[in-house]
Amino acid sequence: MSTVTELKPRTPAETRLLQLAEARGENENARRPAIEALRRDGLPTRRVEAWHYTDLRQLMGKRLGAEDAVEALRESGETMLEPFLSGSGVVDLSTGEGSHLPDGVSVSKSDASANWQETPNRLDRSIDTIRALNAAFGASSTAIDIAEGASPDRAIELRPGTGADAHAFTRVSLGPKSKATLVERLDGGPSSAPSSGVNELHLGEGSEVLWIVDQEKALDATHLGQLHVRLEANSLFKLFVLNAGGGLVRYEVHSDVVGEGADIQMRGVNLIEDGQHIDVTTTLNHTVAHTTATETFRNVVMGGHGVFQGIIKVARGAQKTDANMACNSLLLSEDGDFSAKPELEIFADDVVCGHGATAGEIDADHLFYLMSRGIPAAEARSLLIKAFVAEVVEELEDEAIEEVLETRIDAWLERKAAR
Amino acid sequence: MLEIKNLHARVADEGTEILRGVDLTVKDGEVAAIMGPNGSGKSTLSYILAGREDYEVTEGDIVYNGESILEMDPAERAATGVFLAFQYPLEIPGVATMTFLKTALNAQRKARGEGELTTPEFMRRVKGSAADLKINPEMLKRPLNVGFSGGEKKRAEILQMALLEPKLCVMDETDSGLDIDALKIVSDGVNALRSPERSFLVITHYQRLLDYIVPDTVHVLSKGRIVKTGDKDLALQLEKEGYSQIIDEAA
Repeated sequence: MSTVTELKPRTPAETRLLQLAEARGENENARRPAIEALRRDGLPTRRVEAWHYTDLRQLMGKRLGAEDAVEALRESGETMLEPFLSGSGVVDLSTGEGSHLPDGVSVSKSDASANWQETPNRLDRSIDTIRALNAAFGASSTAIDIAEGASPDRAIELRPGTGADAHAFTRVSLGPKSKATLVERLDGGPSSAPSSGVNELHLGEGSEVLWIVDQEKALDATHLGQLHVRLEANSLFKLFVLNAGGGLVRYEVHSDVVGEGADIQMRGVNLIEDGQHIDVTTTLNHTVAHTTATETFRNVVMGGHGVFQGIIKVARGAQKTDANMACNSLLLSEDGDFSAKPELEIFADDVVCGHGATAGEIDADHLFYLMSRGIPAAEARSLLIKAFVAEVVEELEDEAIEEVLETRIDAWLERKAAR
Repeated sequence: MLEIKNLHARVADEGTEILRGVDLTVKDGEVAAIMGPNGSGKSTLSYILAGREDYEVTEGDIVYNGESILEMDPAERAATGVFLAFQYPLEIPGVATMTFLKTALNAQRKARGEGELTTPEFMRRVKGSAADLKINPEMLKRPLNVGFSGGEKKRAEILQMALLEPKLCVMDETDSGLDIDALKIVSDGVNALRSPERSFLVITHYQRLLDYIVPDTVHVLSKGRIVKTGDKDLALQLEKEGYSQIIDEAA
């Protein structure tokens, strides 16, 4: 009897995705294994543990039914953007070209694509869907190296392409004792074709990075992103995620702490409104002793659905790990909801680890205090919402970056208030 | 200035009646002290004057400058000149003190149809008032009241009062948690604001505060009613004899 792989019945969304991947053309052989993996496994449903709160099959189905999806794939929307941080060097991830790059930073493009391997995702035993999608569409990769000891005087902004090129695979390597700020710019006009991005970030000994994710896509956009981080001894990984757009977005951050003295500081703000599904999923994997991590996400929910999944894993030998995770949501609409799933998995016996998830409304006492000084209700509420997110922004302790983030957050809040 | 007529109020959630017919008149420029034992309704009265929603007025009225303010929300009341100095000023992380002060001042000016203050003019006023109250300017760089000591919070309340220039100042146990030096600074701040157009309702447990802020009238609140009214000597009598004696006499 021959072995036949049983195919799951395919949804229109899955059919559409495979069509899109086949229609991509370029570098097909490299992409073929990932396409076949997707063909075989399909998109995950809520029965897959890692996707329990983000039923990708169903959610993508809603968004990929449109006939114009193939057309959207061909569009090459040239959007000229001002850099997120003024004066930044910019790397175009679709061409692998850099402009205005600071000294000590080199960029190269490779035809090797997202090196699809049959690796399971980090949360359960199902396939890594984001990587598979990225490899099924992505035809090339970009490598960015920060030289040993380099400390570029300006940030480096990473810009994925659009249409068929909106599936960047990027490797960033920081040499020992180097220090850099990178901005992953997830922006661009409306596109009903999905985009993805997979980043592999390697932090050499004693290096320091601030990685900013600025996701402000259109409300009909779908984006699936991943950031894999490997921290060597005494390195520092600072992350700030701003989700202030996108229709269906999942951003995963997977950190492996492999060197003693390494520190992780993850912060993020998710601003969510009607029609959006925003998911941030993180794993902190402490494998050696004496490492630290703090993680705080603040969510403003004015509608739509938000998801936070976070797990802190501490290996048997990772004594003296000090790790903390918090996810706080401000629920401002009856139509919105937020699902938080914080987890600890600890095999060492001498650690300090904690997690907390809160959800609540605007504090009535705070509101009364501000109003008793003559600040009208709407303005007082807006001040308190800003305050709620400002607390994590301020932890960046960099006034220029804080100002950029606060301006964008304010703009979002004002847009919402105006409606 | 203020006329409270047969005011009955209860906790909105549970219905416990706290004020049971308060009658009180405060004239322009008058400093009226309200004294009373714990649980007599002093703080509730101050919250109701400021418009807190946790309480429900079931009977009576609050007439301020000839108009009932019961239908106004706290911000509207503030814009007409009502100011409550909180017994426990709130810490609000993430709201910068200066942003708060400027927003409040300009919101009130806007509500009264006045133009916004320029930043230099605003800064000049804040610095002037802060210096009078011996408030370290560094404190004003912090988020609102965050990390302030009890005394610093009370001084910050008086700073807000000085900047907002209200007409009716309700001070809820401003003396609690203050040492003598701080009490003197706060009282000096209040006395500097006394004027024929500005009235004060000073709520306190103890006579001590009234040595510094000398009242024109003293009212004793007990079980949700004003049971005795007198001049500043009534406060001294209370201090000497205790509340129970006077309340019993009144009953």
